[in-house]
Amino acid sequence: MKLDIKLAVANYFKGIGVLGLICILFFSCADDGKKELASAVDIPVFQEMEAELTSPPNVPRPVGERKAKKLIVDMEILEKEGEMTNGVSYVYWTFGGTVPGSFIRTRVGDEVEFHLKNHPDNKLPHNIDLHAVTGPGGGAESSFVAPGHEKVFSFKVLNPGLYVYHCATAPVGMHIANGMYGLILVEPEGGLPLVDKEYYIMQGDFYTEGKNGERGLQPFDMQKAVDENADYVVFNGKVGALTGDNAITANVGETVRLFVGNGGPNLVSSFHVIGEIFDKVHIEGGDRINENVQTTLIPAGGAAIVEFKVDVPGTFILVDHSIFRAFNKGALGMLKVQGEEDKTIYSGELRDDIYLPEGGGIQSMPTTDELVKADQTAKTPEEQMKFGKQTYMQTCFACHQAEGQGVAGAFPPLSKSDYLNADVDRTIGIVLNGLTGEITVNGEKYNSIMTRQNLTDEEVANVLTYVYNSWGNSKKVVTPQMVEKVRNNPNL
Amino acid sequence: MDSTAFRIFVLCFLLMNGFGYGQSEGMAFIEGSRYIPLYGRDSTVVEVKDFEIDVYPVTNAAFIDFVREHPQWQKTKVKKLFAEGNYLYNWKGDFELREDVDLRSPVTYVSWFAAKAYCECQGKRLPTIDEWEYVAMADKKMRDARINESYNQQILSWYEAPKTYKNSIGQTEKNYWGVYDLHGLVWEWTLDFNSVLISGESRKDVDKDSNLFCGSAAIGATDLMNYAAFMRYAFRGSVKARYAIRNLGFRCAKDINNIE
Repeated sequence: MKLDIKLAVANYFKGIGVLGLICILFFSCADDGKKELASAVDIPVFQEMEAELTSPPNVPRPVGERKAKKLIVDMEILEKEGEMTNGVSYVYWTFGGTVPGSFIRTRVGDEVEFHLKNHPDNKLPHNIDLHAVTGPGGGAESSFVAPGHEKVFSFKVLNPGLYVYHCATAPVGMHIANGMYGLILVEPEGGLPLVDKEYYIMQGDFYTEGKNGERGLQPFDMQKAVDENADYVVFNGKVGALTGDNAITANVGETVRLFVGNGGPNLVSSFHVIGEIFDKVHIEGGDRINENVQTTLIPAGGAAIVEFKVDVPGTFILVDHSIFRAFNKGALGMLKVQGEEDKTIYSGELRDDIYLPEGGGIQSMPTTDELVKADQTAKTPEEQMKFGKQTYMQTCFACHQAEGQGVAGAFPPLSKSDYLNADVDRTIGIVLNGLTGEITVNGEKYNSIMTRQNLTDEEVANVLTYVYNSWGNSKKVVTPQMVEKVRNNPNL
Repeated sequence: MDSTAFRIFVLCFLLMNGFGYGQSEGMAFIEGSRYIPLYGRDSTVVEVKDFEIDVYPVTNAAFIDFVREHPQWQKTKVKKLFAEGNYLYNWKGDFELREDVDLRSPVTYVSWFAAKAYCECQGKRLPTIDEWEYVAMADKKMRDARINESYNQQILSWYEAPKTYKNSIGQTEKNYWGVYDLHGLVWEWTLDFNSVLISGESRKDVDKDSNLFCGSAAIGATDLMNYAAFMRYAFRGSVKARYAIRNLGFRCAKDINNIE
């Protein structure tokens, strides 16, 4: 019908000249734009299908050429305790048991039948606002569900893009801050171009009563949330969700697509992968594609699709380039790439030369052998003292001073210290976990903060042996086993 | 009887009643007053009259006695209109609990209809939202502890404690009025639980009914109390009278002038 009208219009203007042509163009453009919107609604659905839901960092299989369907999404809400970082736990509220919630993958024209189930053990009512929904509250209005109940509603997916979903029950901020968010992808007709690897990453900020790293079950802190003073900024719900063994992986030559969301509640993310350039970014998860991007801004409650080819092997670090969040609050992930090196793209270290500003003969030095030696286990008490002193000078010296005398009124002395000598396990614990609050050392009161130290068991053993065997202390020898014991027992 | 004599009789009766008022067993006397709730019909000062409220929530044991006498509220006999399918879900049969359920725990999985009937059969009624909130805003020492940070913190931390419905009654601290378990055990039904309407869309409620929030100032909510209380209102807004929920129990109240 529409086509016929267009033809008629075209015939009518045929031969009228340039003006007429412009009119036709104008007409048909306007018509096309309208048609696209109308057609998303009109896309018929064939058959029913259970949606595949995945927990992060995995995503469901691509949609590809599949026809629009009635897609059943079955999602359970669980309030449960989890680990924020070593020794720190937190009560998360989750969609599907994970933070972020299960990934939902749809295509334009799908009719999603959403089943939202609130587990009977949960304390609170919840709902879901999907930014992919055209309708009041993004579905929140029809999905408000009490514990032990299930709500069902359905929506037609009209716009392609990557969208955030989240809980919108009062107090909204608290539900989001506790982890109730996730991503829903709406693929265009025919699907997104295929890539080799796809991953799901979502940033979130967390607010705990204790400071970053303070042990035990940490309750949510409303005041800090209102002040936007986050203790943790993390990818996928916790510190280390994407590092070490949990790192995402790819092989040299593969194309990687990251679906990156930001649940907030408060902070905007400056998403960056150290050592990679994004070949393509779907800005804000929409249609517009930017190319050759270093850092892309992801608003709270927004998303981006990031694509790049990995050309060389190595570990690439994912960060929020608001960089203190990355190195001090947890917003750090890893992409481990395996494969052949390509020296033309990246050489690696070629030489380590001595640099003399005044000129003169440039001398070469063999690389890194000495450093490796320092990492080795101390074999004798002398070596332990030597390595311990090195660590002391790097880590402890600034506050506790060269002779362990400390700084009066600020940093407690380590020389002839009754506090130090009284309890070796306590001392080990302080090095591992830090210390805040008032203590009395040799009759003097101190009230300052020692941050927890990032040292291996070996290093802690060495540095404490050095301290105990210097400046008139008890001459105790600390072994890595003693340190390990304290590290594994948070109650000590 | 001439009218003067009748008047004197009535006066005496009233005097006696006022003078000789005795507290009902297992209930605490609550001296009414005016207070400002988080929000209500008009979010201004609300007057709460003197009343009595159960010191503890109703237990499984008490509810077993009730359904023995009133078979229409037994698990197998209750009308679907008055209680949904999982009514008394944690009971094995009409008079028996499942192994992991305690007689001294609060009865949960009860509908509003059942709770209301229970109270009425005791010559009581469910407390109103205002009454419940009024009693619950007290801590150990103060009638209105809402400004007290530790009071709020305690409530908020309960929201993060799992499976508290398994606990026995009376393990939390007694409040100013001598009432236990208002916070820290289970949610409780109120007579008019659905009178403050929160639709599924909490944010829209905020927008539309901004008059409910003391000129919407409270929505800036730097005050923890607002969040703790807000969750109770949100919870009440999410339930229907026939719902039976694991975390939801009840207790009864009584008007003072109805005391026989």
